[in-house]
Amino acid sequence: MRIPFLEHKLDIPRIADSNCHAQPQPDTTGLALVAIVGCPNVGKSVLFNALTGTYVTVSNYPGTTVEVSRGKGWLGEAQIGVVDTPGMYRLLPLTEEERVAREILLRERPDVVVHVADTKSLERMLPMTLQLIEAGLPVILNLNLMDEAERLGVQVDVPALEQALGVPVVGTALALGQGTPQLKEKVAAYLNGHPSARLSDSSHKMAEADYPPLLEEALEAIETRLEGNGAYQITNRAIALLLLQGDAEVTSLVREQSEDELADEILHLAESAQARFSRPISYIVARRQQESARRILESALKLPEHRVSGFAEQLSKAMINPLTGVPILLVSLFLLYQFVGVLGAQTLVGFLEETIFGAYINPWIDRVLAELIPWPVVRELFGGPYGVITLGVRYAVALILPIVGTFFLAFSIFEDSGYLPRLAMLIDRVFKRIGLNGRAVIPMVLGFGCGTMATIVTRTLETRRERLISTLLLALAVPCSAQLGVMLALLASRPALLAIWAAIVAGVFVLVGFLAAQLTPGEHPTFYMELPSLRLPTLSNVLVKTYTRMEWYFREIFPLFILASVIIWLGQLTGLFELALSALVPLVRWIGLPDEAAVAFLFGFFRRDYGAAGLYDLRAAMNGAQLLVATTSITLFLPCIAQFSVTIKERGWKTALAISAFIFPFAFLVGGLLSRLLTLLGMGR
Amino acid sequence: MKLIESAQELLEQLWIATEEEAKPGLTVNGTTPEAIDELMRLGLAAREEEQITLTSAGLPEAAQAVRRHRLAERLLADVLATEEGLLEEQACRLEHALFDGVDESICTLLGHPRFCPHGKRIPLGQCCRQKRESVERLIAPLHELQPGQAGHIAYIQMNSPRRLQKLMAMGVLPGVSITLLRRSPSFVFEAGYSQFAVDEEIAADIYVRLAHD
Repeated sequence: MRIPFLEHKLDIPRIADSNCHAQPQPDTTGLALVAIVGCPNVGKSVLFNALTGTYVTVSNYPGTTVEVSRGKGWLGEAQIGVVDTPGMYRLLPLTEEERVAREILLRERPDVVVHVADTKSLERMLPMTLQLIEAGLPVILNLNLMDEAERLGVQVDVPALEQALGVPVVGTALALGQGTPQLKEKVAAYLNGHPSARLSDSSHKMAEADYPPLLEEALEAIETRLEGNGAYQITNRAIALLLLQGDAEVTSLVREQSEDELADEILHLAESAQARFSRPISYIVARRQQESARRILESALKLPEHRVSGFAEQLSKAMINPLTGVPILLVSLFLLYQFVGVLGAQTLVGFLEETIFGAYINPWIDRVLAELIPWPVVRELFGGPYGVITLGVRYAVALILPIVGTFFLAFSIFEDSGYLPRLAMLIDRVFKRIGLNGRAVIPMVLGFGCGTMATIVTRTLETRRERLISTLLLALAVPCSAQLGVMLALLASRPALLAIWAAIVAGVFVLVGFLAAQLTPGEHPTFYMELPSLRLPTLSNVLVKTYTRMEWYFREIFPLFILASVIIWLGQLTGLFELALSALVPLVRWIGLPDEAAVAFLFGFFRRDYGAAGLYDLRAAMNGAQLLVATTSITLFLPCIAQFSVTIKERGWKTALAISAFIFPFAFLVGGLLSRLLTLLGMGR
Repeated sequence: MKLIESAQELLEQLWIATEEEAKPGLTVNGTTPEAIDELMRLGLAAREEEQITLTSAGLPEAAQAVRRHRLAERLLADVLATEEGLLEEQACRLEHALFDGVDESICTLLGHPRFCPHGKRIPLGQCCRQKRESVERLIAPLHELQPGQAGHIAYIQMNSPRRLQKLMAMGVLPGVSITLLRRSPSFVFEAGYSQFAVDEEIAADIYVRLAHD
């Protein structure tokens, strides 16, 4: 299952929802396989789309939650299989994503490996090309983002680079379609075994990193023992090198492939070599590979004397300077509010709710039901105030679609522009206080769109402690766009209440975060993030992302809307609701609200926005103080069923229940205190 | 205080045993008698049957000996790019030259490093406490640079393997040219054509060989 907002930006790994059942993989067996590899944020998925066009599936890599896109495409007359690997920085994996990417290279025998690299950062990316060559894989180096490199005055001598590396090199600006045909041609020529496509092996010498004598010795010793023992997808030298760097998977691979005695000997050799170095071998190897890369690029890469500082660079500077960055953030938030809060939540929702559903669909449904179905109980299931169609579908289409749709559209634009990492950098110190780091800004911002999605994204946070704290805060104090929409409508005419409400919720966010950070044991977070160049988002990319996100949302959330409607129907039918309501009434009275508000809280169990919408219907019956208490309590109240079930999946039963057990009384406690404070201040009326 | 070489080594071993391995001291087995005699004569160590321990006078002296050794390693590994495997031997020889303020100059030159190349803590010297900068610095940790200051990465501190791996994955490695762009609200630096934002903790792991115009 695709959660597309996790894609290549922000060097966040792409992750699939864990409840995803195995989807049919397009059967690429028998076809020539092209594997796309490279760092995050270099345009791998653009190439994937260019090579496959249609018929793409995205599914979990077996045994993991990392998702891999596979597809089929045509290169001239020949059909090919294409696999887009998760972002990887090097062959020695550090993260789950890199592990999966390498797994594909090690086990699936790709016929061509296209390494997509960011041209301007070639110095940083070439070491991986060298590793791929060293591993004996059929590499084509794709220098992407050529347009940006040219703008910055970075020049690459492609033939010289080809000569030095001994592999084909193609420069492209894939997002603009520049060089895409040439790249396809090279891939096709490679697959057809065209002699000119594979450059001579003699020039490979240049591409080989030379390691310190001690390391070379160990490498050779291991290589000779690997010779003729076991079949690996990559060269024995690469296997030996990974072994020496202490790679756990390659170690077990060697155990699998060799006789026990030989494996012991090999692993012993590796261990004793490791003991001879004071620093990790991976560090020494990385340095040497980088030196080789630099040697090669000395003649092939020309950097400008002076750094070009165009509009993008100036804007970037302004974004990371708090003096200008904070105003930019406020302006962005205002635009976001105008787009999602006003256009989405008011104009579009109003039109769909009142005109389309209110005037046409709902009356029509009720009429049809009245004619066709004689039993009122069944009629209630589909129509009436809580029916599957009149409530469930109406909420999904008329309320959620415009709000969430506009939010995802705006989020995709922010994401593709490269703004979010700058926001993360700006806010890191504040987030450290609440036990998180700047990276958590992404799930938090996303939480204003959909808390369920955001809870899944907390997976990308590094430590258990951060995942726990962010899950708690998302459940407690980050209202989702659907809920926000109703809140804004409820308080729009009273800006003072809106401001107090926002201040209380923000205060709770910081306070609970701060306390949680004090109480939760575990490692303190560290913050590091690449700040990618600012780019003007391309319309097609933004639309595709928004569309896929919406698709995910409707596939995951829509069934729960229907389910919630059915549960409400059942609850009313069996009288369980009456029981639950009477249990809630004392609590509702305690926080000074009219008894009818209990219905809103009960619905809040199913969706927070149902709860808020319930209050909307009550707004005439409440004074200002009550309105403030009610909106605050409902905002802090339990997350919706979808978010709760995702919390169980991501954090486990115990944590999910513990979070709920905290939130339930806490929301009422804050409401009760607020109510008393208001009375004390004489604002009870 | 100049000691004979074997006494110097013993002093270091005693300090490592006491301070880093939480042992009461060392047993006489495997130590040279002259070294013990010298240390006892100077009141730096005490002997009780088979056990040798540091005296309160010996403790700071021992810390300084360890410091000289580890500074020597840092100098050899990062500035003189000594081949792996030779490091230990060379460091043992070099440390005996680091007396009479030479150690402090080297420490300042290297930006008051906190860890040796093996990731072990270097005991603080007078110069580290005062953050002395009288010698023009060759190397400084990134978090002590001013915005606009540039150089090449000299080494990455290795006391946290996880942070090291992250920096390596991002291509932040010795030899890469680096410019500090901002110190606040986070440290933003440019390495090659890529920009990174890190917190102070990670910035303190990156030691930069400064470019002097």
